[in-house]
Amino acid sequence: MIEAENVHYSYPSKVEALKGVSLTVKDGEFVAIMGQNGAGKSTFVKHFNGLLKPTVGTMKIDGVATTQSSVAALARNVGFVFQNPDHQLFSETVEEEIGFALKNFGFDSKVVEERVTWALELLSIAQYRKTSPFLLSGGERKRVALASVLAWDPKTLILDEPTIGQDHEQKERLRQFIMQLQSQKKTIVAVTHDVEFVAECNPRVVLMKDGKIVADGVGREILTDPAMLELSSIVLPQVAQVFTKLSSLGLPKDVIDLYEAKALLLKTKARLGR
Amino acid sequence: MSVFDGLKFRKVSSPIHNLDPRIKFVYVICIFVAAIMFKSIIPLAALFVMQLPFVFVAKVQKQWLRSMRGAAFLAAFIFIINIVTRFFSAGYVFTAFDIEEATAMTLRFIVLVESFSVFFLTTSPDHLGLALEQSKVPFEFAFAFTTAVRFVPVLAEEAQTIMDAQKARGLELEKGNLMKRIRNYIPVLIPLIVSAIRRSLELAEAMESRAWGACKKRTNLYALKLHRGDYILLALIIVILVAASYFFVFVSIPTVASFFGL
Repeated sequence: MIEAENVHYSYPSKVEALKGVSLTVKDGEFVAIMGQNGAGKSTFVKHFNGLLKPTVGTMKIDGVATTQSSVAALARNVGFVFQNPDHQLFSETVEEEIGFALKNFGFDSKVVEERVTWALELLSIAQYRKTSPFLLSGGERKRVALASVLAWDPKTLILDEPTIGQDHEQKERLRQFIMQLQSQKKTIVAVTHDVEFVAECNPRVVLMKDGKIVADGVGREILTDPAMLELSSIVLPQVAQVFTKLSSLGLPKDVIDLYEAKALLLKTKARLGR
Repeated sequence: MSVFDGLKFRKVSSPIHNLDPRIKFVYVICIFVAAIMFKSIIPLAALFVMQLPFVFVAKVQKQWLRSMRGAAFLAAFIFIINIVTRFFSAGYVFTAFDIEEATAMTLRFIVLVESFSVFFLTTSPDHLGLALEQSKVPFEFAFAFTTAVRFVPVLAEEAQTIMDAQKARGLELEKGNLMKRIRNYIPVLIPLIVSAIRRSLELAEAMESRAWGACKKRTNLYALKLHRGDYILLALIIVILVAASYFFVFVSIPTVASFFGL
């Protein structure tokens, strides 16, 4: 469980990035944090594993304030996948890269071996086991970075812009992957701009603006509220845009799911008899 | 990243910032030469104090103090090495003179850092590039230099992100003995170097696609011209050099200890 209470954070340069953020993420929840650049999303999630500590307010992970423990100790339960994989890849082989964190956490070598194999297969990059991570494509590097975090099986996973630089197929795989982790009762927090991706996953959506939370609720409500989205410079998902335009046909406006949209449209077609 | 902060330029205007960068650089060299000439406390202390007005007029005392703090570790190191070697070579005794010379060596280092930090804190990278170009340095070199200077803060920020990313994977930078601690930095340094190289290649491509180096002879929107302040600084430089040479050749500089009759 992640509990933020009135968290304020100012950078050493005196820029106040968070101005009183309170949020509770229960175990097993999937939360997407959205908002424009500079809204404080990344600053906020960096509090979840103690990389940043609140200047004012409290941040608790499973009931323990982050100020009480080290980043390494918190990271054991909270895995953080950074936006740019190039900020973390350094090993000679993919295998070593994935084993790095496991060794830091003091797993013994047999377990490391098993976990590396497991993570490689999970993300279907087993064929690159002995390859240098620097020789892989952007999307593959991103998967190596993800595997290197999943390898120690953290209870909570934080994804910073997971869809950037991924083609449609990879995004779809990522979505299925997140669903799979959800079914294992993992907590997932994703920071993203990708409104279509969020619409497809339909998680709990938290909107941030200027260091504050401005909306918090189910995706279906928030992603179909034009006023709310405009506040954070986000456009409606395409499905919702279509349904807004079609509201004169008596269709509901709050539709973001493609399958639901198709069903509704077919029903309307039948009703109109054309 | 406090060491880098001392090198980070902030856009402000002051009589010192507006000085011609070429003259300012000559001034730094002049202080450098004067500091190398002497190895006793009094002239070096004088050189140290002489530069404080520059710091205050330019209103960069905060950043300046920070870069001096960054240099404090090296200064302490120089002092200790000096004291220790003198202690052994003098036959395992401390003399007031040895301590004084060690202090002077440390002070000399501090004066050098001080003058360079004042120069970099009050000279914008653009000005610096302009100065290099108009001193007939080939444009490629001038450009490479200003680019390098400009990317220091960017790299410092990137280093911070990389450290965060590795810490999130359980890396504890402050753990273990000295050798282990140095090794801890490998996961930070490799991504930093790789991304710096990648960044430079991307920059080169972006510049070439915008016709960098298309014409051989370049002109500048801004031309450097000497103003009254620059002539005053030039006069000051000459005074310092003449005075330093005079004291160096004709005056035997008393030690601090001699004032106390030691």
